[in-house]
Amino acid sequence: MAIDPLAEIRLTFFAECEELIEALTDGLSALAAGNVGKDTVNAVFRAVHSIKGGASAFGFEALVQFAHLFETAMDELRSGRIPADAPNVAIFFRSADHLADQISHARGGRATDPTVEAQLLDELESLVQWVPEDDTVLIQFEPTAVSLNDFSPVNEAGPSRFIIRFVPFPELFASGNDPLFVLSELASFGYTTIHCATENLPDLEDLDPQVCYLSWTIELQSAMGIDAIREAGAFVEGLCRFDVTELESVQNTISPQALPAFDPEDEAPLTPDLVSAAHFAVAPSPQPEPTTAPLDGSPRPQGNAAPNWAFRNAGPKLASEAKPRDSAAEQRPTVRVDLDRIDRLVNLVGELVINQSMLSQEISAAGLAKNTSIAIGLEEFLHLSRNIQESVMMIRAQPIKPLFSRMARTVRETALEAGKQVRLHTEGENTEIDKTLVERLADPLNHMIRNAIDHGLEKADVRRANGKSPEGVVTLSAGHRSGRVVIEVRDDGAGIDRPKVLATAIRKGLVPADQAMSDSDIDSLLFLAGFSTASVVSNLSGRGVGMDVVRNAIQDIGGRISIFSEPGKGTTFSISLPLTLAVLDGMVVQVADERIVVPLSAILETLTLNTSDVSDLGNSQRIVKIRDGFVSLLDLGVELGYRDLPCDSESAVLLLIAQDNGNPVAIAVDRIEEQRQVVIKGIEKNYGRVPGIAAATILGDGSIALILDPADFVALACGSPKMSTGQLALAG
Amino acid sequence: MTPAPRLLDDTVKELLAFRVAGQDYAVDIMMVREIRSSTAATSLPRAPAFVRGVINLRGMVLPILDLARRLGIGEESDLTRNVTIVVDHDGRSFGLMVDAVSDIISISSDTLQRPPSLSSELELGFVSALAIVDGKMIRILDLEAVIPRHSEEAA
Repeated sequence: MAIDPLAEIRLTFFAECEELIEALTDGLSALAAGNVGKDTVNAVFRAVHSIKGGASAFGFEALVQFAHLFETAMDELRSGRIPADAPNVAIFFRSADHLADQISHARGGRATDPTVEAQLLDELESLVQWVPEDDTVLIQFEPTAVSLNDFSPVNEAGPSRFIIRFVPFPELFASGNDPLFVLSELASFGYTTIHCATENLPDLEDLDPQVCYLSWTIELQSAMGIDAIREAGAFVEGLCRFDVTELESVQNTISPQALPAFDPEDEAPLTPDLVSAAHFAVAPSPQPEPTTAPLDGSPRPQGNAAPNWAFRNAGPKLASEAKPRDSAAEQRPTVRVDLDRIDRLVNLVGELVINQSMLSQEISAAGLAKNTSIAIGLEEFLHLSRNIQESVMMIRAQPIKPLFSRMARTVRETALEAGKQVRLHTEGENTEIDKTLVERLADPLNHMIRNAIDHGLEKADVRRANGKSPEGVVTLSAGHRSGRVVIEVRDDGAGIDRPKVLATAIRKGLVPADQAMSDSDIDSLLFLAGFSTASVVSNLSGRGVGMDVVRNAIQDIGGRISIFSEPGKGTTFSISLPLTLAVLDGMVVQVADERIVVPLSAILETLTLNTSDVSDLGNSQRIVKIRDGFVSLLDLGVELGYRDLPCDSESAVLLLIAQDNGNPVAIAVDRIEEQRQVVIKGIEKNYGRVPGIAAATILGDGSIALILDPADFVALACGSPKMSTGQLALAG
Repeated sequence: MTPAPRLLDDTVKELLAFRVAGQDYAVDIMMVREIRSSTAATSLPRAPAFVRGVINLRGMVLPILDLARRLGIGEESDLTRNVTIVVDHDGRSFGLMVDAVSDIISISSDTLQRPPSLSSELELGFVSALAIVDGKMIRILDLEAVIPRHSEEAA
């Protein structure tokens, strides 16, 4: 019965955990950078504490145990009994990583490594026992401020005490209920002391075995909220009185006012009076002072005067209390919104823009002059709808910071495994990027960082010999550049060893030995499939998956990757991404009266077709000579089944499409119409997959154009018998 | 408090009747989302012949089926005079191209007849039931069979 709301709260808990882990690693990074202020330490402590509190509410025992020891160790740091030096912070970092793993395990992810946990527990334990306990600790302890937007209904101050009166009506048994169920459910919430009232039991000869004569008073100590406890009585609602009273906190003594005066005899318990039961449950309000005023008909002025008086007096105090909270987090208010709802809004606004441009076309077709009020109004409308579209796209955007924080962990772990000293430097972490892109960037970035540390950075002694600081720096930066997001992974290592790269490529037969290649050509060889320069296949990178996998992953999300390297100074990988996945830069081409959109990221170059360069190999295979090489030639119209014979006119245009194996393919189209951003519309939901087609889009005139999936299209068109022609093609 | 019993009675079905290649067909009106005049469709590569293509229905990419071809009873020649019935089935939306929409009819379930099993008519698999309305035979379409399954399109 309580499953649904609980599952929802659990989701909120995990969402909050992500933020808390982020706050935790942020705080630890600040500590590592030498910022050992009270605020920093408190922020870190609070994060661990909140995770622990939430986890205990949901019964994640292992998580609670670990968080508890972690918290205790953090408390030692807070009280200043252990220093925030590098080794200690490193332990905290690894503990934070482990905590994150445990959370993902609790969420249904991979189980955590017990040996890691045991080792960390040992290390944390040794931190806690670093200085023998003494009495001053208690005095130095200061309670942390609990922020108001903390996530769960859990009482932050620890478990609360509740007094529950459970008085079944005599007819309870008739409905097949059993008080035991309620009692055992309550017992599962925490520590209970149950008293049974037996004074209503009649003599044995008067006893009706089908009537419940007993009632109970339960004292419960639990971290659960009062609502959750009331939920336990929901099964027997209307069949009993089930009154829950929350006592202030465990430490407080029970004041007689706080306890509801409850006497089953004069409250006429035999009538199932829901109203009075509800009233009763509300009456013990958490206010410490007992309210003497009646519920209604009370003199209004009195009620108004009291808060005013309180406000005026509390004014300065409130302000002073609010101050540390402001400085602790410059948090702007945010709303959690389902991604689907945003997508729907994005779609609708896309429609608005298309509709608007259709309207413009109609109006200009009607021959209205530009300076008529309708045309001016429409211009205004265009401006507004573009603005709305941009704003809506921004809703999906979120700062790239969480992604960078995740990379910090990769850097720590990789550096440890590779035995190198590495520092991660981040720039532009507030750059906003589409939410879906964030998720799909994690793996490629991970790989690139591992590569940078494993291959890029030198060992400390080599660095020292070269006059560099022994600590290598990996820089992760993000920024907006001409309507795209550019993310760079930069290391200050040795740079690409070009002679070695070239030699490897020649040895593996990826390029002919006599091929003249520029520096950037050689650098690009790294993106070829199956290329790895590491002489020893290390544990980190070089598992056969190389930069080609990274490049494919980036291309899948409409991005481009480039490489820049300077010997002795380092290497920079630069990823350029569209602002969102919902739109795509495309080239609208015409073929056999149909319009097709080709993703711009796939097009290497465009050429005019010179019919004398085309040779027919028979079996409907054709190749075209481009500069020094031969490239397979495909006619888009023929391959898509729009026409039977390829268009051979001189007006045709060739699109040179990059392929994974490095051999480009030329696709002939009738003409190029324009280059534009198109909104991607799926066709799979209503129709199904169309081979060679990625999706559809709606053009300015309201008609639908299909978006080509270049890789799929080429694979389909080439099939197996044509692979031989690909071998002829050299890097164009 | 008792509304028209005819409507409450779930044995009465409301159907949208239409004509395809000179024959009378009908679909359950609850499946019909809207009726619109046909517009030019963007053809899909490697699609079966009965798939006319896709159109833009207020931002949704809507596949259009040529019902006459799908049923194997002819071919639409005059595209301008056609009507598209937009149907929702199993979470997917499709447009069915028909000659004309004729009527909305209410039919009691017990007057529906199962198509004779010995019939060798080609469209048999697409017809779930038959009914006689005003002396005319109306075939009730089985949308499940008419709408191509995902695997069928890939072929």
